[in-house]
Amino acid sequence: MLNYTIRRLILAVPTLLFIALTIFLLLELAPGDPVAHMPLTIPPEVRELMRKALGLGEPVHIRFWKWLVQFFWVEPQVFIDWLTTKSAIAGILPDTQFYVSCAGGDLATCDARILSWQFRSPVMDIVLQRLPQTLWVVGTAYLVAIVIAIPVGVYSAYRQYSWFDNAGTFITMVGFSVPPFFSGVLVIVIFSVQLGWFPSIYDTTHRVTDWDSFVFQLRQMVMPVMVLALQITSQISRFMRASMLDNLNQDYVRTARAKGMTEPTVVLVHVLRNSMIPVVTVIALGIPSIFGGAIITEQVFKVNGIGEMLIKAIEANDIPTVQTLTFIFAVLIVVFNLIADLLYGILDPRIRYD
Amino acid sequence: MPAGAQPILDVKGLRTVFATRQGEVHAVNSVSFDLYPGELLGVVGESGSGKSVTMMSLIGLLPSPPAEVREGQVLFEGIDLLKADAETLRRIRGARIGFVFQDPMTSLNPVFTVGFQLMEPLRKHMGMTKAQARARARELLELVGIPDAGRRLDDYPHQFSGGMRQRVMIAIALACDPKVLIADEPTTALDVTIQAQILELIKELRQKLGMAIIWITHDLGVVAEIADRVIVMYGGQIVEQAPVEALFEDPRHPYTRAHLQTVPHVRGPRAPRLRVIEGQPPILGAPPTACPFRFRCRHRFERCDRENPTRREVAPGHDAACFWSPEEERTAPVAAAGGAHA
Repeated sequence: MLNYTIRRLILAVPTLLFIALTIFLLLELAPGDPVAHMPLTIPPEVRELMRKALGLGEPVHIRFWKWLVQFFWVEPQVFIDWLTTKSAIAGILPDTQFYVSCAGGDLATCDARILSWQFRSPVMDIVLQRLPQTLWVVGTAYLVAIVIAIPVGVYSAYRQYSWFDNAGTFITMVGFSVPPFFSGVLVIVIFSVQLGWFPSIYDTTHRVTDWDSFVFQLRQMVMPVMVLALQITSQISRFMRASMLDNLNQDYVRTARAKGMTEPTVVLVHVLRNSMIPVVTVIALGIPSIFGGAIITEQVFKVNGIGEMLIKAIEANDIPTVQTLTFIFAVLIVVFNLIADLLYGILDPRIRYD
Repeated sequence: MPAGAQPILDVKGLRTVFATRQGEVHAVNSVSFDLYPGELLGVVGESGSGKSVTMMSLIGLLPSPPAEVREGQVLFEGIDLLKADAETLRRIRGARIGFVFQDPMTSLNPVFTVGFQLMEPLRKHMGMTKAQARARARELLELVGIPDAGRRLDDYPHQFSGGMRQRVMIAIALACDPKVLIADEPTTALDVTIQAQILELIKELRQKLGMAIIWITHDLGVVAEIADRVIVMYGGQIVEQAPVEALFEDPRHPYTRAHLQTVPHVRGPRAPRLRVIEGQPPILGAPPTACPFRFRCRHRFERCDRENPTRREVAPGHDAACFWSPEEERTAPVAAAGGAHA
């Protein structure tokens, strides 16, 4: 297993390099000028200088190389420094000072971070600011969805074609096919406008300090979580149901019954354990999308999370941000693919990686 | 069959029906038989003759719907299993009646160790602790001839060969010392040498443990080797029942006779081609009102289309469900035809 993991991690390097190149070249080919939205009164030669200042004067391969260095060398340094000095996890370690800031320093030896063209601040800092909102909303929705979807899927399969299963089929079909920009607005109209139960706009500056502020946080999370969870639940519960149905007719289920096992044991131990194998994989593969945020839902509820950051960066032609965010998603997808494969090996004893 | 002994399992008039999209299928029609302690009863018949469904009906192992046990009585240790509630049946399954199924490759749960699957019934039915169950599981694996039993408890089914897995299945079935073992084509999926080993094992275990066995198979060779008594099934009913020697020496039902002729012989002159019974077994949409074998029968006469023969005794302990009998070979069809005119 360890050998396999190491082999996969080594293989991930060329994969990620290729993805990085693709992202870089795609954005390079995309039309758009980062200084186009500047006032028209700026003279062309000044405009050209501004472009140069953004690093656009260099040839493509140099810019690609610089971005790679920034992403894989400079940003990890900043991250390690942050971990050892400020974070609670590794705070006990001796403080490190890998990163040499360019602020007021020697330009020849300092390290340049990936800067957002829009905000003139490091992309990673903005990501870290946006991440909590996304994790609160999308992460909670994912958890809620899993907690609902698994029992629903199990029971639907066990009582196939019962009224419960039929109702579940209908609701999941609706949940799967109604886009969040519709369901989002619908719940706003119902729960905010008509009933006035929940705020329609997510207040990202809100800090949880006591019980009341926690309740407020929960109230403002309810609607976006509801919208997202409906969609994710639909997906996972269908998957769970199909997987259970595959297993319920297997011979080993008959053996378990013939051994005199109770129905809960037969279904929740023998069948569920087998059925969870593909479902766990699907759940693991879905985790990168939590970090990716929910672009549309975040827009509807004004949650300024990662999804919102990406869409705004695209609109503003903020290429370093788009590039970096897209690449972070790619890294997460590669990592969670590996995790899903490893989980598969742990859950299914027939699969051994060596 | 021991005269005067009480049967351990007494089945009367069992009828099982499946609801399908094309309507009802009457898979088991008025099946009656009994099983005596320590006896090995062979159940023979081709695919779809209702052998497995009969045995599954006894103990509530058929999925319902689509299956429905409509009529009958199954007496086991003084209870009618068909009237018993699900919980009572569950307590009997695996504890008092053990099962071995056909395909050892799929009958074990792939994600649990063999030890876990073997210890489950021990803990549930016998209330053993984990340690006790493990010790007993180890004994059971040794009993069914699995070498290095202690270590193999922690192995998964895929680490065993087909024959070894069937031994594990037998160990599970025997875990709680059942009074009856129902083996549903346990050697069909295995190759011949492994089959011989499993048969030897069953013979040996039967002597050691003394349970009654119902052995479902379509292989007459296997039946000849191990059974005491045989019932032959066709079209969801029992067409002949006899002690094993009587069945092979003097088969009475045309189906049994035809079936015996299909067995190729190793010795003697070589037959030009394999004998077969022409035609297909019936799928019954309604309870049969005529002999289900009539379309494939060489001795069919008018009465066979009108009436479903009931089993009648042809020799002590030997009965067959047929109007025709070998002694009446020449006279019977004429007499019966004459009778129809009257």
